[in-house]
Amino acid sequence: MATITPEEVEHVANLARLEFNEEEIADFTHQLGRILDYIGKLNELDTTDVPPTSHVLPIHNVSKEDAVKPSYDRELVFATAPETQEGHFDVPKVIE
Amino acid sequence: MPLYQLTAHELHEKLKAREITSADLTQSVFDRIDAVEGQIEGYITLTKETAFQQAEAADVGFQRGDEMPPLAGIPIAIKDVICTKGVLTTCGSKILGNFVPPYDATVTTKLHQQGSVVIGKTNMDEFAMGSSTENSAYRITRNPWDLDTIPGGSSGGSAAVVAADEAICSLGSDTGGSIRQPAALCGVVGMKPTYGRVSRFGLVAFASSLDQIGPFTKDVTDCALMLNAICGHDPMDSTSVNLPTPDYTGFLTKDIEGLKIGVPKEYFIEGMDTEVEGIVHTAVEALRECGASIEEISLPHTEYAIATYYIIAPAEASANLARYDGVRYGYRAEKVDELIEMYKKTRSRGFGEEVKRRIMLGTYALSSGYYDAYYLKGQKARTLIKSDFDRAFETVDVIVTPTSPTPAFKVGERTADPLQMYLSDVLTTPSSLAGLPGISVPCGLTSGGLPIGLQMLAAPFKEGKVLNAAYTFEQHTNHHLQKPAL
Repeated sequence: MATITPEEVEHVANLARLEFNEEEIADFTHQLGRILDYIGKLNELDTTDVPPTSHVLPIHNVSKEDAVKPSYDRELVFATAPETQEGHFDVPKVIE
Repeated sequence: MPLYQLTAHELHEKLKAREITSADLTQSVFDRIDAVEGQIEGYITLTKETAFQQAEAADVGFQRGDEMPPLAGIPIAIKDVICTKGVLTTCGSKILGNFVPPYDATVTTKLHQQGSVVIGKTNMDEFAMGSSTENSAYRITRNPWDLDTIPGGSSGGSAAVVAADEAICSLGSDTGGSIRQPAALCGVVGMKPTYGRVSRFGLVAFASSLDQIGPFTKDVTDCALMLNAICGHDPMDSTSVNLPTPDYTGFLTKDIEGLKIGVPKEYFIEGMDTEVEGIVHTAVEALRECGASIEEISLPHTEYAIATYYIIAPAEASANLARYDGVRYGYRAEKVDELIEMYKKTRSRGFGEEVKRRIMLGTYALSSGYYDAYYLKGQKARTLIKSDFDRAFETVDVIVTPTSPTPAFKVGERTADPLQMYLSDVLTTPSSLAGLPGISVPCGLTSGGLPIGLQMLAAPFKEGKVLNAAYTFEQHTNHHLQKPAL
């Protein structure tokens, strides 16, 4: 089986901005391995000339008129934020 | 009969005739909630105060003799993944444990335009990922027919509260079966409209190419009324389709003479509960008695749907859920003074196990070196699954199948094995991948007294055909009149 290694799990976790302890890495390696193994069933299908479907509707880019409209109330939007400062979302320092 | 047991269309007649008020009705529903919610635990939030204000507003209209919409004054519950301005919207997740949206979803606005009474927000699998509602960060919802069993998922709360008469109707969302499967397991009517029929604006995104909002109701007539209320083009959702929306009650004719119904042989799978199979075959015979012609059809790629779905849905989810970073809303891990660390700690503490599993799976499927093998392969398999349906609908009007291969299973029975839980959706994911409209209607009880659902599917935007067949079946059999003994 082993379609995914603990190192790959750690790599993917970093890409997804998640962190796990050793036990969790082991669990995910096992579980994702089993799921990917099951998904491997798709290799039975010959899809050489099959176009991919990203969307079921025949829709394309939808444009709208560039009209100025009122936005949501600023106070209401900031009310949902963990931390704000002087009309900005506050985050830990990113530049030394 | 107590008011909370009635349907929306029955209650509308009483409200219009001023036999009852919406305030009486709302009180009746809240009394019922007081009596049974301790056993069901279908709600995350109740909005009693605003509910009575909305009821009184509707009553003013009825008293004045205004022409009132069909859902005016009707108590309705909303799945906690749909934004409600000023009302906590958690998505069943700790990461949105304090999120009060600054706006209403379009469907919420549409219910307000009807003058409906919003009574609360229902429990669900976290971010709609699950088939049993056991992935909620808040509570375990019980199936009203057997409190040791799950209500299905992810819209388990919305299904259970309608089955337990704690709401007259409710809204849920369906990505791979999350309306139809819980409707089947709880013995109520649940409909997933065609992808694009109902605006997704304000529906917290899980898998954007699959997600669709739809109703849970006690009968097919109420389902048509709910669909009338919520469907239609919305400039706020570029995937909502600009097509005319018929009055869906016009399809409730009890006439399916000559309707061509296909029964796909691949849906009677190995490991299917024999009682489910028997009850569904009896239901198909009932449709034949009503005048439909029945033929066996083949949807050869059915067995690849779960594998396809568990590439595409997690891939889209991994992108959609990137936004939960502790910056603009929701939970933020405390006392972390480095940005990337803050993201990681916030997400690792805020998301539950299944959500993390799907983010991992989706990120992997999209990551460099694996994209072609997984994501692209999944998209191509999706084309094959969709083509099966396109071909079938050249010869039949409606496809009839079981909704779920088993009745409700025990709480805890499938939580240890994610793959086994995923296979609960084996009969609903194919049509989700094809974007089709589908309904689940009650079609009988097992010997153990658990409800079984009949799934009906039609070609895109043919909700009318689904409702026509479902209504005729319902009126012919009356399975929908059975209630759990609570």
